[in-house]
Amino acid sequence: MAQVYQSPSVEEIKAALTSEFPQVEIISTAERRVKAKCPREISHDVCQFIHDNLTFEHCSVVTAVDYIDHLMVVYLLSNYYNGVMIDLDVDVPDDDLHIQAVTDIWEGANWHERETWELFGIVFDGHPRLERLLTPQNYEFFPFRKSYKLRSQE
Amino acid sequence: MADSLVPVLEAQEKMDTDKMWVIWGPQHPFSHGLWTLKLQIDGEFCTDADPIVGYLHRGWEKETENRDYARIIPMTDRLCYCASMTYSHLYCMTVEKALGIDIPEKAKYIRIVADEVCRIQSHLMWLAAVGTDMGNLTVFLWAMREREYFLDLNVKLCGQRMTTNYPRIGGVRNDTTPLFDRDIIRAVDRFEKAMWDIIYLIDDSSVFVSRMRKISYLTREQCANMGLTGPAMRGCGVDFDIRRDDPYDNYDKIDFEVPVLNKDTKVGDTYDRYMIRIEEMFQSCDIIRQAVKKIEALGKNAPYRIKTPTKVPAGTTFGRLEDPRGESIMYLASDGTDHPYRLKVRSPIFTNVSCSKVMCQGVRIADVPAVLAQIDMCLGETDR
Amino acid sequence: MVQYSSILDWINFSDPNANPFTPFLSDNLPYDICYGLWEIIGGALAWLINLLFPDNVVSAWLLDERTMVMFALVLFMLVIFIVAFVVVLLNLWMERKVLGRLMDRRGTMIGMKGFLQCVADGLKTFMKENTIPSKVDKMTYMWCVSLIVGLSCFVACMVPLSDRWYVVNYDTGLLIIMAFYALAPFFILVSGWAQNNKYSLIGGLRAAELMISYEVPMLIIIATVSLLAGSFNINDIVNLQSEIWLIIPMCLGFIVFFFCAIAECERPPFDIAEAETELVEGWQTEYAGMKWGLIMLADYLRGSVSCGMVAIMFLGGWTIPFIGGTALPEIVFLIKAWFVFFLMILVRGAIARVRPDQILNIGWKVFMPLAVFNLAIAVMLKVGGFY
Repeated sequence: MAQVYQSPSVEEIKAALTSEFPQVEIISTAERRVKAKCPREISHDVCQFIHDNLTFEHCSVVTAVDYIDHLMVVYLLSNYYNGVMIDLDVDVPDDDLHIQAVTDIWEGANWHERETWELFGIVFDGHPRLERLLTPQNYEFFPFRKSYKLRSQE
Repeated sequence: MADSLVPVLEAQEKMDTDKMWVIWGPQHPFSHGLWTLKLQIDGEFCTDADPIVGYLHRGWEKETENRDYARIIPMTDRLCYCASMTYSHLYCMTVEKALGIDIPEKAKYIRIVADEVCRIQSHLMWLAAVGTDMGNLTVFLWAMREREYFLDLNVKLCGQRMTTNYPRIGGVRNDTTPLFDRDIIRAVDRFEKAMWDIIYLIDDSSVFVSRMRKISYLTREQCANMGLTGPAMRGCGVDFDIRRDDPYDNYDKIDFEVPVLNKDTKVGDTYDRYMIRIEEMFQSCDIIRQAVKKIEALGKNAPYRIKTPTKVPAGTTFGRLEDPRGESIMYLASDGTDHPYRLKVRSPIFTNVSCSKVMCQGVRIADVPAVLAQIDMCLGETDR
Repeated sequence: MVQYSSILDWINFSDPNANPFTPFLSDNLPYDICYGLWEIIGGALAWLINLLFPDNVVSAWLLDERTMVMFALVLFMLVIFIVAFVVVLLNLWMERKVLGRLMDRRGTMIGMKGFLQCVADGLKTFMKENTIPSKVDKMTYMWCVSLIVGLSCFVACMVPLSDRWYVVNYDTGLLIIMAFYALAPFFILVSGWAQNNKYSLIGGLRAAELMISYEVPMLIIIATVSLLAGSFNINDIVNLQSEIWLIIPMCLGFIVFFFCAIAECERPPFDIAEAETELVEGWQTEYAGMKWGLIMLADYLRGSVSCGMVAIMFLGGWTIPFIGGTALPEIVFLIKAWFVFFLMILVRGAIARVRPDQILNIGWKVFMPLAVFNLAIAVMLKVGGFY
């Protein structure tokens, strides 16, 4: 078991993440901000590590961005002791939209993952209730994909 | 005869006939807006709850991908009619961050003043809603009366009561109007006295207090894990306020204390979640006074807006702000054009209302409006 | 005394005023007014018909004593109800205005300082479509609302305004009023079940829950008052307070009875059966249009009965201490009743709705011991010879 930081600084986060997971790539850091990228196979483990060892108790946002050739799932995680936020990006290939759900780590990610599923079609494996939330139950599209054009964009 | 009844009786035993689902909404006096709460009740107690939102889903985030950056500001006002100022502030802040520019000092302080006015009037709207949810119209009308003074301040500052359209990318739309400093200090002084009327009416009334005390306990860990943010979280012992711990604009230059209840016990009930907003209103008055002084010190001719490029460099960024209701985040992915590639709004209520399942468990039916009033529902930003 | 065996004894008397059981003795003012009124109307009719057809049967029948009494009774019913109705409209108007002032607004503003708003509301609900949901139990649904409204009107008419303005002057007047008063929650329960709606059902159950919490202390207070008066007759109770109002020796009883009376007419803060924030409109959810309007009227009628009972039992009814009767005892009584209603409005404006379990707690753990303690005080006063 790695060391538990209650109020980790940006440098500590950077060091802990890279030493624990060599695949994690720290893109940039700023004051109270860390931007990291990890492959989707280990995304759940990274989240678990961030929650358990870095004491990021709160998952602010789970969302996605459609880059047409691939989708990017974004986790914004925050620490309640010093206000540091981690922006964790995970790339998901266009033809296999699956990623491990983090609802078992942060209960607050539940609705964010449901929303991301219904708007982008990214399936969160292990999610307790992946149903449509904002759009009607019988809706067939994933409206926030770039392939779903608005009338004026056509 | 008796034998033929046996399977029926067995089936009845297996069926959970004690519990029934009551569907509150979408049109229901307790839901301030269009949403549904499915409640499973066992006698007088709620055993389960299932909130359903989405009746107002407009595809706000998708719509923004179709507009250039400046034209999104009026849309942000429509996210929530109570917190329109904080949302436009958040949007402008996010775009400024993506552009990598720093705005004039004066604009920062004006934004703080506008934000805190917005916070007070939003909390007063919440207080009015608490009054009706508890079955007392006096609180409702008194709180709305106080709110009018702050809406008048909005009119004085930017010409609109609620959908203000005031912050701009790179500053604010206009300088403070003449005598605005005097008026705002008067309004705040008046408010601090008048607020005690309402506090006497509620906190000294054992009926109000006993309706909110000892129901729907939430621990600090639950709040953090479920994503409950804002005043509700600080009432349950989470010592975190974005204004203090992750300061934006010039909040770090203002000296204020964040009201937090139950720091030691780390568990709070509905009354704590109620109390924290009342204290926050007084705190906001304090912040307004300090910020107004700073604006005065900067002088009349200080710049309040700078020119900004229309095209935002490619990349992703996000802004984070303490909304009256909790933590608001806007996540912006830009592709180098003058349209956002993707703009995600993290609405605090969207996550807070998903906690109602936990908040409603074990409370009585009559308590549900009192418990959910502390979420302060606003459907415009929940459904987006 | 004539032996009273059946209702026919009363009907078969040729001269109603000679009947010892008649409620309409010569000191009944509304009856006298109606009799005089019919003397004019009936006499004029008889005279007109007689002009056209001399010596006809109809004129003679109209001028017959028994016919006169019959028509006078019809008018009597109308007068009694209209007076009770106008008193209730004034209550409603006062509530709107006073509540408005409490909340920093003006209240209703339509005509006659806002009084005509009641008329406008009545006309509006009257013109609404009479909708009945398809899946309700129609017979129970309609009968319950009729009984609730009818009983409330009945009880409101039964409350005497003075020793000369009453319907009947029974020796058990207080008991009869309270008995009919307490009937409505049963029909609320049944109508809540009949409406095939979960909100209504919960509302109906809550009405029953409310009733078991306030009815017992309320009846103990009534027993206490009648113990001091030595009678259930309302006149006797009022005469007992000719020198000192019962509120002074029995202030505890007054407080308990006042809050029980608020609960009895289901006004806020005890309106848990129709708590709109959680139960939409409670047991009234499926009643629309004029049915709902009549239910509102019934609510306010019951409110005015509550105020009247408080005024009779604790505030000396229509008498003023050391002065006794005045020229217009009805007005004295109504002013007292309106004052009690004003207190009820203050309570409504000041506090929030109470939870059902809290009402049960208050009823059984606070009001009940207080009522019993009050009874003990009354017994001591009675034994000590003060009453």
